[in-house]
Amino acid sequence: MESVGKSVPRKESFDKVEGRAKYTRDLRLAGMLHGKLVTSPHAHAKIRSIDAAAAAAVPGVRGIVTGADCQELTGELLADRPVLAYRKVRYYGEPVAVVIADDEQTAWRAAGLVHVEYEVLPVVSSPSRALLPGAPLLHEEVEKYKRYGDVYPVPGMNIGNHLKIRKGDFQSGWEAGVVKVECYTAFRPSDHIAMEPRAARAEILPDGEVHIRASTQAPYVIKRFMERYFGLDPGQVVVHVPFVGGGFGAKGAVQLEFIAYCASRAVGGRLVEVSNSREEDMISSPCHIGLEAQIKMAATPDGRLTAAQITLLWDGGAYADMAAVMAKAGIDDCTGPYRIPNVWADSLAVYTNHTYATSFRGFAHPEVTFAIERTMDLLAKKLGMDPIALRLLNAIGPGETTPTQVLLDESNIGNVPACILRLRELMDWESGQRVVLPNGRIRTKGIAALWKTSSTPTDAGAGAVLIFNKSGSVNLMTGVVEIGQGTKTALAQIAAERLTIDPSLVHVSFEVNTKTNPEHWKTVASSSTMMAGRAILEAADDAIRQLKYNAALVLQVSPDELELAEGRVFVRGNPQRGFLFREIAMGYESENGLTVGKQVIGRGSYIVKLTRLDPETGDGRPGPQWSVAAQGVEVEFDPVECRYQVLRAYTVIDGGVIVNHRGAVTQMMGGMSMGLSWATRESFLYDNQERVLNPQLRFYKITHFGENPDMVVDFVQTPYHEGPYGARGIGEYGTIGMAGALANALSVAAGVELFQLPLLPETIWRARGGGSVHDPV
Amino acid sequence: MKEFTGRRYGVRLHVNHETHTLHVRAADTLLHVLRDQLGLTGTKAGCENGDCGSCTVLVNGTPLNACLTLAVEAHEQPVTTVEGLRGSEIQKSFVEHWAFQCGFCTPGFICNAQGLIDYVRAEHRHADDELIKEWLQSNLCRCTSYHEIHAAVKSVLDDGEEC
Repeated sequence: MESVGKSVPRKESFDKVEGRAKYTRDLRLAGMLHGKLVTSPHAHAKIRSIDAAAAAAVPGVRGIVTGADCQELTGELLADRPVLAYRKVRYYGEPVAVVIADDEQTAWRAAGLVHVEYEVLPVVSSPSRALLPGAPLLHEEVEKYKRYGDVYPVPGMNIGNHLKIRKGDFQSGWEAGVVKVECYTAFRPSDHIAMEPRAARAEILPDGEVHIRASTQAPYVIKRFMERYFGLDPGQVVVHVPFVGGGFGAKGAVQLEFIAYCASRAVGGRLVEVSNSREEDMISSPCHIGLEAQIKMAATPDGRLTAAQITLLWDGGAYADMAAVMAKAGIDDCTGPYRIPNVWADSLAVYTNHTYATSFRGFAHPEVTFAIERTMDLLAKKLGMDPIALRLLNAIGPGETTPTQVLLDESNIGNVPACILRLRELMDWESGQRVVLPNGRIRTKGIAALWKTSSTPTDAGAGAVLIFNKSGSVNLMTGVVEIGQGTKTALAQIAAERLTIDPSLVHVSFEVNTKTNPEHWKTVASSSTMMAGRAILEAADDAIRQLKYNAALVLQVSPDELELAEGRVFVRGNPQRGFLFREIAMGYESENGLTVGKQVIGRGSYIVKLTRLDPETGDGRPGPQWSVAAQGVEVEFDPVECRYQVLRAYTVIDGGVIVNHRGAVTQMMGGMSMGLSWATRESFLYDNQERVLNPQLRFYKITHFGENPDMVVDFVQTPYHEGPYGARGIGEYGTIGMAGALANALSVAAGVELFQLPLLPETIWRARGGGSVHDPV
Repeated sequence: MKEFTGRRYGVRLHVNHETHTLHVRAADTLLHVLRDQLGLTGTKAGCENGDCGSCTVLVNGTPLNACLTLAVEAHEQPVTTVEGLRGSEIQKSFVEHWAFQCGFCTPGFICNAQGLIDYVRAEHRHADDELIKEWLQSNLCRCTSYHEIHAAVKSVLDDGEEC
């Protein structure tokens, strides 16, 4: 292939390094108003009253919106969340009001003058406590909320969604097992920390058109939701998305867009921007979910898995929103990439008084993989088996079924054993998993195997339009958002490959405009290149048909006799008889000016072919294919201080055919960095009233420059037959197995099983019995 | 409540070799003046708390967080933003080494790296990995693994030593 597989540099490279790439807040507009949020200082409280008189009196304040002014309830599957808190706040930092003023400073000043009187309520601090009898209820009448799709809230409980897998016969599988392990893992919510805080602008024009400009991964969902909650025709809603400064799932949720719309509505439709400070971005806008997981596994004495019982209690925070979907994504692939014939699983989106959650890179998979991979290592130890041998023995593959009973074949799943074997080689596993150095430090290795399907809605799809220019170059329009993942360049390579032109001749639209770019479900789920790539191939074939039609008219041959190469259409077997694209892209103009044929515009679309899951058994098709990977880490542990250094991290991924090699390597490395950052240090800290103590980057540390280990990335390329040129998804996978692999390595090093994140030296010290009080999670 | 006067002060800023006479509030940060008054939006607000480095610019050759620098402090000082480094080695090197993904932290990293490069060359120092780390730890990136950024900066520094 000429374009696919090459390391074509990002098309937006120089815009970004010269500071010219425009993000949401970079477009300065005169007359734009600024909205500033008033947020809750309590995690759970009744709102007694709101006195905004002093704020309204500040010169330059143009409006104040509170929950009473926008009572629409929102939510991805379950509409439980008001745009602004109404009568009650359910998490620390929840938006209660927005003050709209001429400039930011005035809005900030006035926001501080809004006086809210609260009656503080008891808090729910974790999923397991939320389910205790007598726990305070966050939502008193959860059954009354409107549902959009398959969601199963439990009345009288703090449960926004309850999903089940009942595969095989768990009881007999459990009894057939001889060696059994039980594993309980837990971690609290954390945050995505995209470097660009979320921001949204809204304007309502007199003829009813609503323009939203936002830092979002989901412009078309915003369009649909404006219909759902505000009764607007989606055609009236135009969402503009310039470059986005990192997403990681955080920007797949819709929140500020609604607030900005309500703010604009309150000031006669004027343009209003609502942008997060870093602190608001961490605690007011949705965060990375927490999880308490209980896993039981049974195996035969030779290590064959017979049954698993999996209970996932998600800390979805105050509202179900994406947590309800993550509960589903987590259960779809709950066994990890292993053949387990009998599975009994429950996944609950639990309400707590924490910031509500949204998708985080890997969409419920890094969290579940941590639990499963810890369990696999426990089982290997109990069996006396090598951890790699146990995983190889149970690796799932063609001919077997997933937890939701999808039959796997040579195409729809990557090669799990090949990834594990390659990892074993790269890590030099045979040289030993644990080595004590002369200085007393301990070097260990740990691994994790993983898989993931997209868990998208059943109607998720993509569209593409290819518009030819007179020169023979093309403009490529899709609805994919450029969040840093480089999809636009990969898509240009796919178009170039099919059209037999150089990728530099494919001009991609970076800004998404939902009025002119065809719908793309969301830029999430490692699916954009796969879905939009398929749409582009169809669009390219459509364009090729038109090019051949134009050429055939002039050459007086049948279009069937024509073929394409190097940007030309010509008669098969007679390459001289033909035209460059530029001679026919707008039709062919003969010497007397008469033009035959017409402008070439290719169109294509793609839709995933999925089904809903059975509410009792979980049977159904949650995604089109499974990319798989094996990851590893090597650590050096100081047994005295419990400090450690991650020396090397490895990923071997089967992401199908790789479209842009360097892009894929750097995306993997970035994902590994994020996974290690989360696993080693990231978590919100709460006081006993569930107020976040570290809502800023000074105290919430992410990995800094120079702290990352060496990284090794390699690929297995099992083609996915429906993917463009055999591509699968890869975007999230680098993150997924890092926590599990690290905890496995450190458990071997520390000589104690580690079940909590983040893996701070203190976490390890406490697990070894250090300290007098063990903080329960 | 204290009366808000809205009083403004005249400052002269020399930004990217252009001189601008501006009227700013005493509390206006250099970040906001660069972005809102001069339209130099390459300088980004990532935390406005001095923690992330996305707003790093060079003031008199020294990398500073523009979010923690008052505009009045930059009066009569030469300021270089990412837009002023157009065509620089470091920008090209970032492209060659795939040292960015979303691009939001990139201007801050590039300004900081340019500060390091200028310092090393002026002092005829060898920039080892420790020095690079010391300089660049003030900036956060959430997309890359930092290895790519390290390679981009190292490449320019090594080229400089060969000359």
